[in-house]
Amino acid sequence: MACLTRPREGNRVAISDEEAVRFRATVIELLMISHPHDCPVCDEGGECHLQDMTVMTGHVYRRYPYRKRTFENHDLGPFVTHEMNRCIQCYRCLRFYVDYAGGHDFDAFGLRNEVYFGRLRDGALDSEFSGNLVEVCPVGVFDDKTLAAHYTRKWDLQTAPAVCAFCGRGCNTIAGERYGELRRVLNRFNGEVNGYFLCDRGRYAYESVNGAERVRKPIVGLSGLSASELVRGLGARLESALGERRVAVGARPRVARPRPVGIGSPRASLEANFALKRLVGAERFFLGLADGEQTLVERAAELLREGPSPAPTLHDIEAADLVLVLGEDLTNTAPMLDFSVRRWARLRPTVAEERLGIARWNDAGVGAVKKEEPSALWLATTHAGKLDEIAAETFHAAPDDLARFALALAAALDSKGGSRTAGEPPQKSRSAKARSAKRSAADGPSASLTADGPASDGDARLERFAAALRAARRPVVISGVSCGSLALLEAAAALARALPGPPPAAAAPLALVVPEVNSMGLVLLGGGRLSEAFRLAAEGDVEVALVIENDLYRRAPAAQVEAFLKASRTAIVIDHVKTATMAAAAAVLPAASWAEATGTFVSHEGRAQRSFQVMVPPRPVQPTWRWLSALASAARLPAGQNWLRLDDVLAELARERPDLAPAALVAPNADARVADMKIPRQASRYSGRTAMHADVSVFEPTPPDDHDAPLSFSMEGYRDEPPAPLVTRFHAPRWNSVQALNKFQQEVGGPLRGGDPGVRLIEPPAVPTSIPAAAQSSTAVTPSPPRPAAAPSSRPAPPPAFRPALDRLLAVPLHHIYGSEELSMLSPPVAGRAPAAYVALNALDAERLGAREGRPLKVTLDELHLSLPVRIVASLPEGVAGLPVGLPGQPFVALPAELEIEHEDGHA
Amino acid sequence: MLTDSERREIEATLHHYPHRRSAAAGAMRTVQRHRGWLSDEALADIAGFLGVSVEELDSRATFANMLFRRPVGRHVILICDSDCCYVMAYEQMRDHIAARLGIGLGETTPDGRFTFLPIVCLAQCDHAPAMQIDDDFHGDLTPERIDQILASYD
Amino acid sequence: MTDRHTTGVSPDERPLTAAFRADGRPANIADYEAAGGYEALRTALRELAPAEVTKLVSDSGLRGRGGAGFSTGGKWSHVPVGDMAPAIKYVVCNGDEMEPGSFKDRHLIEGNPHLLIEGMALACYAIQARTGYIFLRAQYDKPYALLTQAIAEAKAKGYLGEHILGSGFSLEIYLHVSIGRYMCGEASAMLNALQSDRPNPRWRPPHMASAGLWSRPTVVNNVESLCCVPPIVRLGPERWKSLGLTDEGGTRMYGVSGRVNRTGAWELPVGTPMREVIEQHAGGMRDGFALRAVLPGGASTPFVPAEAIDVIMDFDHMKEAGYSLGTGTALLVDDSVCPIGLVRNLVRFFAQESCGWCTPCWGGLPWAADVLNDIEEGRGRLSDLDLLEEQCWFMGEDMCFCDLAPSATKPLGAALKLFRDDFERHIREERCSYGPVGQPAGQRSLRGPGPDGGH
Ligand SMILES: Cc1cc2nc3c(=O)[nH]c(=O)nc-3n(C[C@H](O)[C@H](O)[C@H](O)COP(=O)(O)O)c2cc1C
Ligand code: SF4
Ligand code: FES
Repeated sequence: MACLTRPREGNRVAISDEEAVRFRATVIELLMISHPHDCPVCDEGGECHLQDMTVMTGHVYRRYPYRKRTFENHDLGPFVTHEMNRCIQCYRCLRFYVDYAGGHDFDAFGLRNEVYFGRLRDGALDSEFSGNLVEVCPVGVFDDKTLAAHYTRKWDLQTAPAVCAFCGRGCNTIAGERYGELRRVLNRFNGEVNGYFLCDRGRYAYESVNGAERVRKPIVGLSGLSASELVRGLGARLESALGERRVAVGARPRVARPRPVGIGSPRASLEANFALKRLVGAERFFLGLADGEQTLVERAAELLREGPSPAPTLHDIEAADLVLVLGEDLTNTAPMLDFSVRRWARLRPTVAEERLGIARWNDAGVGAVKKEEPSALWLATTHAGKLDEIAAETFHAAPDDLARFALALAAALDSKGGSRTAGEPPQKSRSAKARSAKRSAADGPSASLTADGPASDGDARLERFAAALRAARRPVVISGVSCGSLALLEAAAALARALPGPPPAAAAPLALVVPEVNSMGLVLLGGGRLSEAFRLAAEGDVEVALVIENDLYRRAPAAQVEAFLKASRTAIVIDHVKTATMAAAAAVLPAASWAEATGTFVSHEGRAQRSFQVMVPPRPVQPTWRWLSALASAARLPAGQNWLRLDDVLAELARERPDLAPAALVAPNADARVADMKIPRQASRYSGRTAMHADVSVFEPTPPDDHDAPLSFSMEGYRDEPPAPLVTRFHAPRWNSVQALNKFQQEVGGPLRGGDPGVRLIEPPAVPTSIPAAAQSSTAVTPSPPRPAAAPSSRPAPPPAFRPALDRLLAVPLHHIYGSEELSMLSPPVAGRAPAAYVALNALDAERLGAREGRPLKVTLDELHLSLPVRIVASLPEGVAGLPVGLPGQPFVALPAELEIEHEDGHA
Repeated sequence: MLTDSERREIEATLHHYPHRRSAAAGAMRTVQRHRGWLSDEALADIAGFLGVSVEELDSRATFANMLFRRPVGRHVILICDSDCCYVMAYEQMRDHIAARLGIGLGETTPDGRFTFLPIVCLAQCDHAPAMQIDDDFHGDLTPERIDQILASYD
Repeated sequence: MTDRHTTGVSPDERPLTAAFRADGRPANIADYEAAGGYEALRTALRELAPAEVTKLVSDSGLRGRGGAGFSTGGKWSHVPVGDMAPAIKYVVCNGDEMEPGSFKDRHLIEGNPHLLIEGMALACYAIQARTGYIFLRAQYDKPYALLTQAIAEAKAKGYLGEHILGSGFSLEIYLHVSIGRYMCGEASAMLNALQSDRPNPRWRPPHMASAGLWSRPTVVNNVESLCCVPPIVRLGPERWKSLGLTDEGGTRMYGVSGRVNRTGAWELPVGTPMREVIEQHAGGMRDGFALRAVLPGGASTPFVPAEAIDVIMDFDHMKEAGYSLGTGTALLVDDSVCPIGLVRNLVRFFAQESCGWCTPCWGGLPWAADVLNDIEEGRGRLSDLDLLEEQCWFMGEDMCFCDLAPSATKPLGAALKLFRDDFERHIREERCSYGPVGQPAGQRSLRGPGPDGGH
């Protein structure tokens, strides 16, 4: 049979040969032997690969009269259900969970026709990617537990292509709605971003859209106003604030009248932020990021723009021969990058499998060979993460030391003949430091790092990292803003610059992780700092503060936020979830969530992607930009009045900001039609349309119009394959399972037909390089291209080495996939997996301070007094403490920061 | 916790393999030899020592036919049920043992003396029907011989 | 009753068993050396390049004794040797011996463990492996102890360890004991088992010769195959070949179990006719029993009907006649045995031992076992015979991931033809008409004792 035959050049495969057809039918018959006949009550029904195949192979009559084998199931936690009786022993779950996702708490038990897939006993699946089992399993063994809690048939979901709103990676998703509630999120293949998979935060955070924390009605200090009255009132307020200014223009400068300010948000769309910026004017628009974070993300954007390192796509990562991670706990800061790195580590192309005649598609073969090869993943982070176990080597140090390390590596790379002008190995101990200083003085600038005497541990480590980097032909560097260090960001870029890039790039690709879905879009749009807005308000220069989709208490110390809200006489908050910021607002306008509005988001790699409205929110909820447009009209402002549709905002964006113009083109606009039709959000099998509202009225309501997208809220429309950015579901005739995805790709695993969606807004300027022909091939096995002549002099100066102090620790941020992101924590299944607040200490420090695991410790930082239970994290460097970031209810602290231990006697 | 002797015995095999985890199969045999069977706790002990997950160990253990995941009696009778022994009337021997001990296959006598299990060909086909009790082979079985053999295990 | 050695025979005639002791105790190193033991290793290390050893084995025409009969020398020659070759390579000896009916490897090890050690050393030298594993089935405590002892003896004499016999070649041999499963005998599953991975079979390529154990070049050979290597090197391929009666050449272990006068395993020239093995060496059937069929080389081989036992027992003659030699250890099925019951037993065995990887195997085998059970117990229908034929098709060769399920279809497919009458009678009479197995002809009526008297 073809499935057991090694494919060779020139093979002809007949899938319709009589014997092949019969064999397929037999296999299905065998798979159905123990499979329950529970399709009518099975969650998988209607998108089940086995169901598809059973129908397609024509297996209708049961010849097997004996007993079925049965199993007991486990409770696998809040995300995934378990119904082992449905299992067909395809091993996909195991191959995904263990081989790809690196999970340990899962295996195949037993043998013959009784193989059991799961855990040893009840318990939440430990992998951050467990939700993919739902899609990977071809039957209903693993299903979406959150969907099961408010189940609806898959073909009754109204679906649209969305972009995951819960981190900066921008994974593509398909979100589904029924009866006004979001029911689930599935992966949407994008070969350059997330491929076939999604992380559990991305999959299960959607419940925040349905949650109790939603704002669905305007909230006003003086209640009783309708939405339109409120807008009129607020518009008038705005008009007067702006009006004074208009009068003042051209007149003799007098004491400025208070004016409005706009505070944007990294979780709001590009359009929403742009609308706000237009409304309040460029100099009165503030990004709404924490100041420190803004500096970092702005610098990250600059680094990507300056180049020469391009941001890597998924393909660039997969083609790498070395990955170096600097300062990012990817599992928690950009989970799908963690996954991509794992997958790369397992399948990265090397000469080995070619030599052994293993085809690239033979994942098990390639994986087995890679397992025996030395790892090509190198990690330098503040503390151990889940990726450590597959790394060649890990180095844990304070952020400044990581920066020094990266710079020392850059210097080591061009030390052959070059000079060590910047960076030196970080030193943990004073004596080593002293030795090193002596050596530099003695040996002069061209000293080899390990030239003299017994090398210190640090030197040897540096040399090992450097040797690996020197040998790399296609390295990728991953860093980011998560540990809050500008020095590290600069150093990572300097190091990437010193490394060769895949032609035509002149330097190694550099992925810079940013925290939120539109962090990058926001800084590209540009705006002031929150502290400036606070200053304006403090000076009495703010009449109206327009805050969109942002909880300022997560961005700045509570006292400052409070003062700001008080000082800016009228605070108007437009948001879709309740936040602390709203407490002091004069008015709250209910915004559409990501699932209820179409908008554009820019991912950490500068990729603009359109996320489409899945469902129509109940009035008066509407997209933020529409509220802003309404306010503009009410205030009789020229800007924003004529924005009727999203395309109007985008057109203006393209006009005003040619650099961002491609963002308007990432998906067909609202007027686009395929064969004169819109793309339906509802499946052709959608049921009950005419009966859905029968309890209210037997008359079928008109489907709502969508002015913002070429998608319709109905079953009617173009049924065939739509353009890639508009794929509302993967379905093909007879293929009701996600397996239909194959039909949307140029070839299995290849890009979606027409290209994977999304457009990069940032590409570094093309650097003319003279690369020898031999180095231009794109395989990983070509000889090393010449190293670009990175000018060492342009390297940043290394920060001073971190020195542990006796009574103060350096608190670094610790990120949590479940816990650190604001919106996902409003989804109960995700919140259920989050940790409670704690302070992490290294064991030595804990002992020195008399702190014990689980016992509360009183600490002071940034004038805050906190009492937090201690968690011992062995990998934290001495003198470094860790604090979880972003947990609900925890006060804002800019990290890294100094943390003082309060002793029992009350002295700090 | 592994006992000292368990740990020593496992450690002695570590250098046979390039990876620590590859000693898992042998480690399970070792611990079973000491404890009679592999409890969840035993697996956890081995897992901790070798740095593998209990899932991984149990996956292998439940595949194998010579690792016991449930308590067994003092002596384990493995009666061959493959073809040569079938031809040589193992079924009569099986029924005889079952009647003598008052237990069926897969069961343990109430006094914990014997556990009675089937096994595939013991490579004693030239002495079929054959069985194994603990580490000893017994071939050319007849009901009379079986009675003698059983009597020699306390 | 059991015949286990052919002592007193010249090592040049019966090289596998010549060192076996007359007292039945295992040969020690002195016994073996007296019979020419370790001469081959000495010669190889002093005079032969690794590739020359491989060439000798290729020239000898040695075919694997594990069942499939691959050319041993051919297998070795695929392993890269030389300066550019990978530094780490392995030889793994397949001592799982769980094929029902097969017990020859045990005889060889229990008779003379050193022969295997020397064979391993030569194989390792030929492919330049510095580590060898002997994979033993869980029950082989005695072979384990003997091999442990033999390895120690060999080490003490400088046949193993660092710089063997003063040469540049070093070798460690480790014993690995299986946690038990028939599947672990399949070569690629065995490598997984050795790694403590799940013993499912592997997809090839990569072939083991390039990426086997821990993805290093690996050769897997059966115990007996490796035992043939020292005599081949010592005698030279031509003399070795001349020991056989047919082109295949050499000697091998032939075994017999069942209701014969003498069960056992004997080293005989390759190409000995089956009739000679049965009648001369096994002493023919016991009184009161007639031979119905032979399972010639383990549970994975098709039945040979009693009329056809003049067949010559080497790979090619057997294959030509439509049978297969397998392990060369034959089970003789006498006329007291219900063939349906026997086939049910065989198929149940395979169903039980399926690793659960490929669907035709884990889905088809238990089904076939259930159908056979129905027929045996009188619930069969004639259409079941078509169903069994169909199962032989979809579990046949090229339909499954490894050879386990196709192996089961061999005796089953043969039985459907050979014992057609029995199948039909079971179905027609809705019962098994055989008495308990082992009842001599005089005490049995073909009509049998009726529905309750059977088994
Ligand atoms: C299910 C299965 C079980 C096997 N069991 C054994 C076995 O127990 N011993 C053995 O030597 N070969 C066994 N084999 C054959 C091996 O796969 C392999 O061909 C053999 O060990 C190679 O050695 P050789 O070339 O020296 O014969 C088995 C094959 C299969 C498919
Ligand atoms: S993916 Fe589903 S059907 Fe396949 S083996 Fe796992 S549980 Fe069974
Ligand atoms: S069949 Fe029972 S020992 Fe071989």
